[in-house]
Amino acid sequence: MKERTYEKYFRQNRLPHIWCPGCGNGIAMKAIVQAVEMRGLPRDKTIIVSGIGCSSRASGYMDFDTLHTAHGRAIPFATGIKLANPELNVIVITGDGDCTAIGGNHFIHGARRNIDLTVVLFNNTIYGMTGGQASPMTPLHKKATTAPYGSVDRPFDACNLAQAAGASYVARSTAFHVQHMTDMIAEGISCRGFAFIETVVQCPTAYGRKNKMPDPAEMMKWMRDNAVMKTAWDRMPEEKKADKFPIGVFHRHQAVEYTEAYSEVITLAQEGGK
Amino acid sequence: MNTEILLKSERCKGCGICVSFCPKKVLGLDTLGHCSVINEQACIACGQCELRCPDYAIFVDKKVGA
Amino acid sequence: MTDMKLMQGNEACAAGAVAAGVRFFGGYPITPSTEIAETMAKILPSVGGCFVQMEDEIGGMGVVLGASLAGKKVLTATSGPGFSLKQELIGYAACAEIPVVIVNVQRVGPSTGQPTSPAQGDVMQARWGTHGDHPMIALSPWTVRETFDAAVMAVNYAERFRTPVILLMDEIVGHLRENVQLPAAENIDIYPRRCPSKTRLQGYEPYAPEADLVPNPADFGTGYRIHVTGLVHDYTGFPSGSPAVTEEFIDRLHKKILLAQDEITHYDEFFMDDAEYAVVSYGGVARTAYEAVRQARAKGIKAGMIRLMTIWPFADKVIRRNAESLKGILVPELNYGQLKYEVERAAGGKCPVKLLAKYNTEIFVPGEILEGIEALKGGRL
Ligand SMILES: Cc1ncc(C[n+]2csc(CCOP(=O)(O)OP(=O)(O)O)c2C)c(N)n1
Ligand code: SF4
Ligand code: SF4
Ligand code: SF4
Ligand SMILES: [Mg+2]
Repeated sequence: MKERTYEKYFRQNRLPHIWCPGCGNGIAMKAIVQAVEMRGLPRDKTIIVSGIGCSSRASGYMDFDTLHTAHGRAIPFATGIKLANPELNVIVITGDGDCTAIGGNHFIHGARRNIDLTVVLFNNTIYGMTGGQASPMTPLHKKATTAPYGSVDRPFDACNLAQAAGASYVARSTAFHVQHMTDMIAEGISCRGFAFIETVVQCPTAYGRKNKMPDPAEMMKWMRDNAVMKTAWDRMPEEKKADKFPIGVFHRHQAVEYTEAYSEVITLAQEGGK
Repeated sequence: MNTEILLKSERCKGCGICVSFCPKKVLGLDTLGHCSVINEQACIACGQCELRCPDYAIFVDKKVGA
Repeated sequence: MTDMKLMQGNEACAAGAVAAGVRFFGGYPITPSTEIAETMAKILPSVGGCFVQMEDEIGGMGVVLGASLAGKKVLTATSGPGFSLKQELIGYAACAEIPVVIVNVQRVGPSTGQPTSPAQGDVMQARWGTHGDHPMIALSPWTVRETFDAAVMAVNYAERFRTPVILLMDEIVGHLRENVQLPAAENIDIYPRRCPSKTRLQGYEPYAPEADLVPNPADFGTGYRIHVTGLVHDYTGFPSGSPAVTEEFIDRLHKKILLAQDEITHYDEFFMDDAEYAVVSYGGVARTAYEAVRQARAKGIKAGMIRLMTIWPFADKVIRRNAESLKGILVPELNYGQLKYEVERAAGGKCPVKLLAKYNTEIFVPGEILEGIEALKGGRL
């Protein structure tokens, strides 16, 4: 058997991970380490930062310097790490609640600053860790323990949000499209600026069961059937879009990166502040 | 047999994703709920199972020299 | 010593922090602390450091913790409303043992309160503001010059104990301008960032305590590949659900500070040798109290003063020792009564402890505290 070289990026003594059978987080975590390997990031100069949630437990399994922060706060911690030592590659792992509810303000401001982080949102459209409450990304009319009659809260499109806030790179993929997901993340890592990748992952336990899709493979087939590549999506008539959603790269725009902008501030200040 | 299937049972949680995505019905779940190979002959080494296993419990290679 | 210069308390705080090696500041503006951020924004890039204005105080706290983990000495500054927002991550710093100094220039609360007026209403929040059991170090300077020293000390303690340290200022001292002579750089003691004492191959465990009960988790990017979490963890740094690990962990967090309690408890005693009555005071109020005690002495009252610089851990010993021979203690505070109860606890019933509370935005004048001393003596309090 050929060596699976990405396996060296896992803390073998921590596996198996705590996620439920069929949870999509494992697929996304592997995509991240494969993207890191593709990009050849030096392991000791790569930092993984996560918030709180099932998804955010990923940091504990990854053999880098890893930081499991507080709920919603991964981006500020990551910003501090990057600003303190711009030579580090900083990858943020966050959940839909972590990133767009409690951490929503940090998310848009990170994008606005365009600081060089790669933010990967594991979107299971639910609060997994706390047992299935609605998140700001729970689709309309879907059920959650706190939306027993179906959610009436309109969901965020986190990709639109990131783009509007100023991110340099914005993409989406799914746990079905594993190779595509890896490519989307790898391109985000290459981007010098705020890169945001939303990856749709199945949560059979807290979301699937409540929404008549308890089988993880069925959830992945739903992704296969409903995700539409960006190019096809753009040509698709509105009436056909209904439950479908686009994947691919939505936005690339290399604006000035924040730590680079700040290094100019340092130069100015050291010249006596003209 | 042209393929080699490696199962790391201690990692498998029996989610059935590999079973579901295998185009050749090579895999099944055993009585303990773990993935097991039931028809190795049929395997075409397409890699669908390994690609989507969330627990890194199944690996498939074409046999060297095959 | 350097030249004499006119300086504001908030500026002295920033200068002290930079002198102690702080190279990273993140925060959010709020009166009456804003000058600290403004001063840092100006100084830090010129010494190769970094200033970042965050979207709120929570972000301000998160960004400095990230920078601290990446090896920088860090500072953030705020006032009441922002201090409340920072609390969750102050607990994170205590749990994950990340060096950080948080300045709180106190103003009148609750809520937005009276933004430009002085108060001392956050004494208990400094101690217990974040949830769960945790130790705390808080220092409260009374002059501009001491604000500089307190900032240096706060940074040193944060690094030495790997814990959050609160510089509990108040609007009086923060906005006060005094002539100060700062020490020359070579005369300032600096506690360096702690480093791992073993390599990975020697079985390094990032959260294994050293003899002083403080661990040496490696800075990020130095090749140790450590894991840092706000979950209770064992020496490896990884979460543990074990009752024994949890107990030892909480215990160690407290004991690492308690071991050094005498060394980090700073106070002054004025006219205490033959004192019958004492004023126990801290921060900007101590300035007025000092004058009041002098006036009392002039009137023949055997008054003295204990001025606490270290607020937490509380200076039990000096209070207990003095209470034995005192007839009464007066605690003037710009709040509804907070540190008074600690003084009372420490005095252990040896003498009465009375509160002189003021919470109308105005500072004490010496006459008020003098009256308080006289009322204490006359049994009228
Ligand atoms: C300040 C704070 N509020 C609430 C919680 C409880 N909590 C933990 S995880 C979580 C939701 C996580 O949802 P998400 O970010 O979508 O991650 P997932 O578990 O779905 O991967 C909540 C509400 C917390 N830990 N901290
Ligand atoms: S609750 Fe959902 S998100 Fe959490 S581990 Fe289980 S399947 Fe995954
Ligand atoms: S996909 Fe992986 S974890 Fe799930 S049953 Fe197959 S081998 Fe086991
Ligand atoms: S490689 Fe393809 S054919 Fe072989 S077991 Fe896996 S999914 Fe089935
Ligand atoms: Mg979620």
